[in-house]
Amino acid sequence: MAELTYREAVRSAMREEMRRDSRVILMGESITGYGGSYAVTKGLVEEFGPKRVMETPIAEAGIVGFAIGAAMGGLRPVAELMTVNFALLALDQIVNSAAKFHYMFGGQWSVPLVVRTVSGFGQLGPTHSQTFEGWFASVPGLKVVMPATPADAKGLLLSAIRDPDPVIFIEHSLLYSTKGEVPEEVDREVPIGRAAVVREGTDVTLAGYSRMLLQALHAAEVLEREDGVSCEVVDLRTLRPLDYPTVVGSVGRTHRLVLCGEDWRTGGFGGSLLSEIQDRSFDDLDAPIARVAMRDVPLPYSRRLEQQLIPGSQQIVDAVRRMS
Amino acid sequence: MATTPRKSRPRAATRSAGALPHGLTAQQGRDMYRKMVQIRHFEDHAAEAYAQAKVGGFLHLYIGEEAVAVGAIAAAREDDHILGHYRDHGYALARGCDVKACMAELFGRETGICHGRGGSMHLADASRHFWGGHAIVGSHIPIGAGMAYAMQYREEPLVVLDFFGDGATGNGIFHEGLNMAALWNLPVVFICENNLYGMGATLAEESPVSDMMIKAEGYTMPAVQCDGMDVLSVYGAVQQAAEHCRSGKGPFFVEAMTYRFRGHSMADPELYRDKEEVRRWRELDPIPRFGDFLVQHRITSPQELAEVNEEVEAEMLEAVRFADSSPWPEPDTVDRWIYAKPIDPEASEETPSMAGDPAGAAT
Ligand SMILES: Cc1ncc(C[n+]2csc(CCOP(=O)(O)OP(=O)(O)O)c2C)c(N)n1
Ligand SMILES: [Mg+2]
Repeated sequence: MAELTYREAVRSAMREEMRRDSRVILMGESITGYGGSYAVTKGLVEEFGPKRVMETPIAEAGIVGFAIGAAMGGLRPVAELMTVNFALLALDQIVNSAAKFHYMFGGQWSVPLVVRTVSGFGQLGPTHSQTFEGWFASVPGLKVVMPATPADAKGLLLSAIRDPDPVIFIEHSLLYSTKGEVPEEVDREVPIGRAAVVREGTDVTLAGYSRMLLQALHAAEVLEREDGVSCEVVDLRTLRPLDYPTVVGSVGRTHRLVLCGEDWRTGGFGGSLLSEIQDRSFDDLDAPIARVAMRDVPLPYSRRLEQQLIPGSQQIVDAVRRMS
Repeated sequence: MATTPRKSRPRAATRSAGALPHGLTAQQGRDMYRKMVQIRHFEDHAAEAYAQAKVGGFLHLYIGEEAVAVGAIAAAREDDHILGHYRDHGYALARGCDVKACMAELFGRETGICHGRGGSMHLADASRHFWGGHAIVGSHIPIGAGMAYAMQYREEPLVVLDFFGDGATGNGIFHEGLNMAALWNLPVVFICENNLYGMGATLAEESPVSDMMIKAEGYTMPAVQCDGMDVLSVYGAVQQAAEHCRSGKGPFFVEAMTYRFRGHSMADPELYRDKEEVRRWRELDPIPRFGDFLVQHRITSPQELAEVNEEVEAEMLEAVRFADSSPWPEPDTVDRWIYAKPIDPEASEETPSMAGDPAGAAT
């Protein structure tokens, strides 16, 4: 085991996979000399050269389209889109090309593409603070991954690069400097499509992913200490395909569920998750499923305004307290 | 707006009998003629099947533009990669895709070239390096550039032909794709079929320039214009372009001046153009024109041409019969091919992969 930051874990997955497989290439804006806007690709162009670590024009749709073509030509591209806000410019290529080719061409080929992008906020203003995983997760043909820990970031990225299908890999800017133990062996994949129970409990299940998973863990500690409530915490890790059995199993034990997300309440990922769990677990539930989500407003710049909107452990604690 | 057809002279008009330009053999000439006739008859039958409601959705016919796909694809190597837009029957047939499977795709049958999942706009045959009809205007332009990058990266001497319309040049994705192809010196031939309209928009309404090749200039990309109603003119232009790409000199832009004789799709009342214009362009019909040329140069005879027409017609009737009598896809196969590696969290073990490594199909 080595202690790595989330940022280093993502980088080490790319580095190891590039050493192992010469078909793997990276492309993105300011990912070479600059090292990536969150410094994730730092040092990689020095090791692998500009043919494998490609500095691109500012052309998100073009980058993803190009990466799709490169994948069809036998490469294993990992395209970095600087933030998920800019990924909107590439939605067409992601949804209409990457997610469709295997299906609409009758299984003749697939698109082994990873789109790495970043969610997050911190006084970035309304256009740069958004959270869109639910949009991607609604598209059949995509796999959508949102790791919370360095170990999962590395293991899931290895799986994503090796996967023959397009994978949307969403990192979180507020997690990059978090640290955690990461297995040192090469090849330690974390499977896509598997959630994990990261804390066992008996009274209520908190299900989250990415930054909200850490918030849920914190809330669990507070609730144990202050209320004597025992929380089970589930890290969803993959949003599509979603590991419902793990969530349903946990609800079967605790009979209460709080879904923890930071995307907008209306149309957000938690909504469809909620409806599915209600269908599957209705008889197990002792209380309506609660949801923590972003209020339906654009995230403003002013710290004073922004802070009151960002979902965190306090909202999770409040949601649990309202239940009992 | 260029409503007056440019009269072009077949380049070999002054050559001696039996000789074709661009190093083409007589057999290649006859094959190109047959391919154009195949496309024409395929489209006629597709239109008829559409009228009978056997083909649904969108149907975009290539009638009038046959010389572009046939000339261009004949000028490429058999394993060069091809991508095109949704008016794609011509690319498929010019590349030699199975006619019956193409027709069955339009009929939505399991025997279709994409098992009825794609339809008219999404024919593809990876085994022939035809990577599809693409229906989001311009979307396949950077995809073609990316494939070209893979060829360059893997040091394979293959070129990508990427076909699109004049209308696509108004979309940002066109510019993103050309920019990257030029920036990285990639072996891709961009083939713009300038048929004067993007659906109902005239050139004057959709573009500040009527010659699309001008748009390649800003990307320092060499460009030529050719007569898209003359299969030899297209062949010559794409031959030059492909050679340029293959020798490592970067992308090339070919603009083929052409015209669709039919509406944009089957639903088009054609209010935006007058019948006289259509009539004038029909006089340049690339099929009789090339047929006459071959006869003049004693490469074939009128009887042989008539035979080709009969053989092709029989082939198309058979394709329609095949399509019409083919089985529908089974309802329970609707989930197939969403993923190459389906992952089922409900199962205790991962479902095994249903398709091999895509690189296997690619190269
Ligand atoms: C992005 C996008 N916008 C609009 C359409 C609808 N549409 C389909 S074909 C077409 C016209 C395209 O014209 P052109 O590129 O010149 O090709 P042509 O049909 O003339 O061969 C339009 C607007 C589409 N398919 N994709
Ligand atoms: Mg057009």
